[in-house]
Amino acid sequence: MGPNIGEFFPPVVLFAGTPFELNRIMLVRILVAVVIIVVFWLGTRRMSVVPGRGQSLIEMGLDFVRVGIAEDLLGKKDGKRFLPILTTFFFMIVAMNLTGTVPLLNIAGTSVIGVPLVLAGIAYVTWIYAGLRKHPGKFLRNSLFPPGVPVGLYIIVTPIEILSTFIVRPVTHTLRLLMNMIVGHLLLVLFFLATSFFFFEAPGLFKLFGIGTLAFGFVFTLFELLVAVLQAYVFTILTAVYLQLALADEH
Amino acid sequence: MIPSDLSVAAESSNPLLPAVPDIIWSSVIFVVLFIFFWRAILPRVQKMLDTRAELIEGGIAKAENAQAEAAVALEKYTEQLAEARAEAAKIRDQARQDGVKILNELKEQASAEAARVTANALVTIEAERQSALVSLRSEVGSLAIDLAAGVIGQSLSDDKNAANLVDQFLAELEKSEQAASSGTTAQPESVN
Repeated sequence: MGPNIGEFFPPVVLFAGTPFELNRIMLVRILVAVVIIVVFWLGTRRMSVVPGRGQSLIEMGLDFVRVGIAEDLLGKKDGKRFLPILTTFFFMIVAMNLTGTVPLLNIAGTSVIGVPLVLAGIAYVTWIYAGLRKHPGKFLRNSLFPPGVPVGLYIIVTPIEILSTFIVRPVTHTLRLLMNMIVGHLLLVLFFLATSFFFFEAPGLFKLFGIGTLAFGFVFTLFELLVAVLQAYVFTILTAVYLQLALADEH
Repeated sequence: MIPSDLSVAAESSNPLLPAVPDIIWSSVIFVVLFIFFWRAILPRVQKMLDTRAELIEGGIAKAENAQAEAAVALEKYTEQLAEARAEAAKIRDQARQDGVKILNELKEQASAEAARVTANALVTIEAERQSALVSLRSEVGSLAIDLAAGVIGQSLSDDKNAANLVDQFLAELEKSEQAASSGTTAQPESVN
């Protein structure tokens, strides 16, 4: 058998039949959450002004979101305001993405639609809330009827704005992450199953193909590590960009 | 093989349709992590960053204070130096003035002394002249009488008469001298 979409729907392990059904992927997610909590709890337990090696690493990670994303795009004040949500997004996604390449787990926690959808939904609600709060009354009007456009053109512009801002934006936000993780997993499964097939089932010289597929599997594993970090970064920075657009003074 | 597997899987489960447990667990994990970061981790980090910023700013402030203090000390030192210089100049001036004063006093004293000595000498000279004049007068008288006695060959035994004669003679002499001097001074007036 080859790579299968059913792999993203493994059998239920616990609480079968209830809304809290747990399968393997849910367990991986819970494990990720526990690991994040333990690592950050221990890493920030004794913060000193002059950081040690461990603290430097934790600080580097948190600074990446705080300085590189939040403050860079939103400024000091709003950056601080939305820092908790951006930090949570980044570390949750990056850790869940990386489980796709962790031996024995071998599945990204983000490769089932739940996490991308929930996070994109939270981002959607957050930036609309931020916009309404900052520009009450004007936010929706300016989003749907951008100022400076001739009145007649609103017939074309407004539907495009509705579609692009309020429909396409959250959908792409969700699917970009989800599809990257699904495809990455399928590719890795394909390469390693093919390697297994060539080595153990293919006749004669066909076994040599296994070396090539194994090499590809290795390279794509490294590539998946890159994609894991990159997609977490992209998801978080897009959230920050949406917030920035909602908070911008042009509204 | 693969397409049939996919189609079978797609029938059983569409990856774009979220299952309820999937959504619930995703939300629960997000909420837990969000609260964890929001309430525990980020405040800790913020606190540490604030302390660090304070420390750095405190260090800068301390350095600024030290610099200010040094500047004040330098100013004070310069002031003191200037004061000392002024003081020294004042003392020097005073000394110079004093020196000049002492010199002048000494000069005055010396000139007064000289004047006194001169006056004394003049007085002495005058006194001696007077005494010489008196002694001369008496001696000249006796000498002249002796001489005249020798010339006229008779002794003028009566000393009292002789003395009267001499006095008379001298008085006439003085009178003639006075007349001569007044005559020389009066002559230019008469010409005019």
